[in-house]
Amino acid sequence: MALKIISSQCSGCSACEPECPNVAIREKNGTFVIDPAKCTECEGQFDSPQCLAVCPVDGCIKKV
Amino acid sequence: MSHTAFVSIGDLRRGKAAPGRVVEAAAGGCSTRGAAGKASCGSSAGPDDMPPAIWEKVKNHPCYSEEAHHHYARMHVAVAPACNIQCNYCNRKYDCSNESRPGVVSQKLTPDQAVKKVLAVASEIPQMTVLGIAGPGDALANPARTFETFRRLNEHAPDIKLCLSTNGLALPQYVDEICRYDIDHVTITINMVDPVVGAKIHPWIFWDHRRVTGLEAAQILHEQQMKGLEMLTSRGVLTKINSVLIPGINDAHLIDVNREVKKRGAFLHNIMPLISEPEHGTVFGLAGQRGPSAQELKAVQDACAGGANLMRHCRQCRADAVGLLGEDRSDEFTLDRIDRMEVVYDLDRRRAYQDKVERERQAQHQAKVDALAEAGNADAPDDGMRVLVAVATEGHGKVNQHFGHATEFQIYEVGARSAVFVGHRRVDLYCRGGYGEDEQLPSIVHAIGDCHAVLVSKIGACPRDELTAAGIEPVDRYAHEFIERAVLDWFSHYRQRVARGAIVHQPRGDARIRQGAYCGGTGVAAA
Repeated sequence: MALKIISSQCSGCSACEPECPNVAIREKNGTFVIDPAKCTECEGQFDSPQCLAVCPVDGCIKKV
Repeated sequence: MSHTAFVSIGDLRRGKAAPGRVVEAAAGGCSTRGAAGKASCGSSAGPDDMPPAIWEKVKNHPCYSEEAHHHYARMHVAVAPACNIQCNYCNRKYDCSNESRPGVVSQKLTPDQAVKKVLAVASEIPQMTVLGIAGPGDALANPARTFETFRRLNEHAPDIKLCLSTNGLALPQYVDEICRYDIDHVTITINMVDPVVGAKIHPWIFWDHRRVTGLEAAQILHEQQMKGLEMLTSRGVLTKINSVLIPGINDAHLIDVNREVKKRGAFLHNIMPLISEPEHGTVFGLAGQRGPSAQELKAVQDACAGGANLMRHCRQCRADAVGLLGEDRSDEFTLDRIDRMEVVYDLDRRRAYQDKVERERQAQHQAKVDALAEAGNADAPDDGMRVLVAVATEGHGKVNQHFGHATEFQIYEVGARSAVFVGHRRVDLYCRGGYGEDEQLPSIVHAIGDCHAVLVSKIGACPRDELTAAGIEPVDRYAHEFIERAVLDWFSHYRQRVARGAIVHQPRGDARIRQGAYCGGTGVAAA
């Protein structure tokens, strides 16, 4: 259970990084990546995954 | 020349004594119908027209003072990439070095890199007096990076004025911090005061760990914007309100916006045309939502006259722009170039240079006032006729640019007694290396199509004929004269020619606002 950032879609805006309650997001070569080992999809923490809710690019963050 | 039409900024200061109260600041007095030669806006008034504390804040801020923008430079540092709302006119992914519009940058900077860049630019361009954080996202959606940059600039470059730009959503929670770093200019983008309108512009906001959409989102955004504006006013922070004019969505509504922001003490209102082309990839661009024509923009701006002061000289800068408004020298200050620069931040040298700029500016102002007094248009009979005139200028308040070298024209609305700056029109450069580019000419004619004349220092035979055929009179007999005096004199001759039947006065049509990539004058602007 984890989310994935499609790097070709990512604008590198960094909005998702500080919102992640699990500190699972970091910058890599100008775009951002989610550590699947840390990602909980915010279950039990928030109503919806925070990165998904703040990301300005539709379709950039997907469930894997 | 008196600036008595400007009456109201004192109310702003009175508001400072009553925190938390909605300040009924009559921030009007834009004086678009002011005395002869009075420039566009209250913000172009002099030290006699406003409390000294306010004058100190605006006198060398190019965005807050119409006159200052000819003399002082600003820069933006792109340390704030994240945003907390979505706007249908924004797509920050689109970046092109020939592109000039907000929300677009070439290099995102860390606070470290930003401070280094500011010091490098301030050493190289001593008239750079203002540093803004305007994105490319929202300054307050990146609070750590934004305030770290401000904190360190306070320390290393205490003479630089700091400002920031925000959509207002997070503004109330950061007002204290804004005051702590002595940020005395804040721009809030406010496109609506009615959530029904807002929902058509802002599809969602990120709020309290949720993506909120529709009316609820617009309502929250509206409340936060109004609250933030009131809080800033009550603390004496100068505010500028940016509004994007979107035909069919908020054009008439912006008059309500103007009234509401004036009521809450906004210092300036900047109504900007929507920039929207399909290739920008914005929701509006892809949906075919058009931007306003020059006359549509002017109609809304004129309808707001008497409300909050209008800013007419905005160039819609990029989030990483460097230099005077209308020019961009950011290419000279890329990260690798800064690395190779020897940066000496010499406060005394900067002060000395700025004193010189200030003396030149005052001398120029006085010369203009004298020239106008001598021309004696103040007593001319005024029957209310107004026409627009385009002017090619390289600065110093004079008609001093060759038609073929202009990358923008200043537009003046002239009557028998008054010449008022009402905006500028960007155009593609017509002349390269001594040869005119004939395919550029029609677009220039379109850009000033609502003008009766164009005043230039010089013009070639071919564009002269084409402009004449289009009904725009090319005029080169005022080379190196002060603009206001030149347009008033041209107008009085125009009236005489109409009166004796030599020409027939005809109303002009509309003009097109230049959209998209700025390809024409980048070489000149960077020079």
